[in-house]
Amino acid sequence: MLAAAITTFTGCDKKADTQSANPQGGGKKLVVGFSQVGADNDWRVAETKSIRDEAAKRGIELKYDDAKDDMSKQLAAISSFIAQGVDAIILAPKVETGWEPVLKEAKAAKIPVILVDRGIKVSDESLYATLIASDFVAEGKMAADWLAKKTGGKANIIELEGTPGAAPAIDRKKGFADGIAAFPEMKIIAAQSGDFKTAKGKEVTETLLQKHGKDVTAIYAHNDNMALGAIEAIKAAGKKPGQEIIIVSVDAVKAGFESMVKGELNCAVECTPLLGPAAFDAVDMALKGDKFDKKTVVQDRVFDQSSAATELPNRKY
Amino acid sequence: MNSAPSTIISRFLQSRIVWPLAGLALLLLFNFVFDRAFFEVSTRDGNFYGPMLTVMRLSVVVMLLAMGMTLVIATGGVDLSVGSVMAIVGTLTAFLAVKHHLSFPSLLGVAISVSLAIGVFNGVLISCVGIQPIVVTLIMMVLGRGVALNITGGSPLQVVDSGVLFLGKSFIVGVPVQIFLVVLVFAITVILCRKTAIGLFVEAVGDNETASRLSGVNARGIKVLVYIFSAVCAALAALVSIGDAGSVDPDGLGQMLELDAITAVVVGGTVLTGGRFTLLGSLIGALLIQTLATTLIRQGMDSAYAPVPKALVILVVCLLQSQKFRAQIASLIGNFRKPTS
Repeated sequence: MLAAAITTFTGCDKKADTQSANPQGGGKKLVVGFSQVGADNDWRVAETKSIRDEAAKRGIELKYDDAKDDMSKQLAAISSFIAQGVDAIILAPKVETGWEPVLKEAKAAKIPVILVDRGIKVSDESLYATLIASDFVAEGKMAADWLAKKTGGKANIIELEGTPGAAPAIDRKKGFADGIAAFPEMKIIAAQSGDFKTAKGKEVTETLLQKHGKDVTAIYAHNDNMALGAIEAIKAAGKKPGQEIIIVSVDAVKAGFESMVKGELNCAVECTPLLGPAAFDAVDMALKGDKFDKKTVVQDRVFDQSSAATELPNRKY
Repeated sequence: MNSAPSTIISRFLQSRIVWPLAGLALLLLFNFVFDRAFFEVSTRDGNFYGPMLTVMRLSVVVMLLAMGMTLVIATGGVDLSVGSVMAIVGTLTAFLAVKHHLSFPSLLGVAISVSLAIGVFNGVLISCVGIQPIVVTLIMMVLGRGVALNITGGSPLQVVDSGVLFLGKSFIVGVPVQIFLVVLVFAITVILCRKTAIGLFVEAVGDNETASRLSGVNARGIKVLVYIFSAVCAALAALVSIGDAGSVDPDGLGQMLELDAITAVVVGGTVLTGGRFTLLGSLIGALLIQTLATTLIRQGMDSAYAPVPKALVILVVCLLQSQKFRAQIASLIGNFRKPTS
């Protein structure tokens, strides 16, 4: 009992210390907690590195927690950040729902929460400051624009969709449809899900090429993995990927770049994980009390075979 | 009614593979009516090419998994780890070929050793420690996916080894290589199961483990053996799959295929409670699943709704396999006929 009481006291003291110390020290050191959903792929690793590097650059102390893809761990991490009295929290949420209680705690403690890469659903939007993310709709539109330019606005397209219901799949489809709407001779002749998987991307493309044969002139894939599968299917059908059939995809991971350098994949629209700078800009604005949009869109870039070789050495994911 | 045809029909109906065959025939009939191009076969560079061949080639992965799964299910178990075993083996072999330029025999050695180790792990925990199969293999499914992701950091990798590519892409006398592979594995398995006592032991363990042990069957050994066999089948499936796809995505490779394998076994006529099994039925089950998938793609079925017809076909085949259900239907028809005739 006594021990517990003492710990609580020291805990409070520490918090009081840092808070009072902040205004005193001329170069006040901000403390920001970052709750990452997991580190299971290179995209997330790159995202974490971007946020860490930017914190170091700005002289901000970063408290990092990897939830290992576990929602309850992520909730616990945020509670712990609040208890430690951090100045702001950056959150890469695992799912869209279930955040209200813990975000209410953060709001009560006057700690702004900045979301990165995925949005959440809350009844009260004031529970978070802003969402820093790529705009999946814009990615689809950029893919469509590139393809329209490449083909002169004339193409018969197979669309390889992501997993049905997934936000990137829905938005990348919508953005692409918006983009080709201006070109009456750009038609999607078949659209099927490849589940974001290479093997499934190949299976679907192979089957659709058998069905639609010579008509197909372009393929739009919602991610690189499916595009890589599609390229193999095109080869199996005895055609030249990148020449007889133009392939555009989204994500622009390293393997996609390698394929562009080989002259097979034509174009990849980037979905950037480098959200650090934008995230800390948002932290600054939120702490100053500035008003800003609920969504901050990070500008994605478009790469094609002409720019792939120079960018490839920089690709870590 | 004549007695001779009815005995033939009843004998035919008692065979386990008749229902998956009927399902397959129905699907082919559907395609024959609505999509005649499904049956077109052409030759290109001396190799056969066409939707039917693609279906056969694509079903090889699930066929391999289903053969392993059949023996596991016959012992009353289940193996949820096969998809993750595929992910580990596929990612590791692609990685070793790219980074360390291992030759195909070494890659094959690595693939078999890794799957042997996983099979032993599953088998020993299930038979010697006595943990339930679904729990042990679920652990391996989660763990294995994590291991696979950590090999490359989750990034996709190109497949560069010519041996692996040969397994997935090449043809022998115009027929895809993997079809020969699956026939070979099937033949070896059938010989081992039906010409030696192994098949009998597997069924005995699945029917009644205690009784089989008391009558001298090494039940533990049999169980470890079937999980090893299942893992090795998954390793072969991985090589075929990555050779075909030309690149590996550690997060997607083999994902959910454990369920397709179990479905193929069940549709094929092997009961989940263990005992009697049919390897041929499982192969037909796998072919049925792939034919259905390809048919739905060719019909332009919206991917969001595609699982519904898949579930319906599986449900119908499973219902037809149930003797009780067939008896009820027969009596319904009988009652309906009596007053009219």
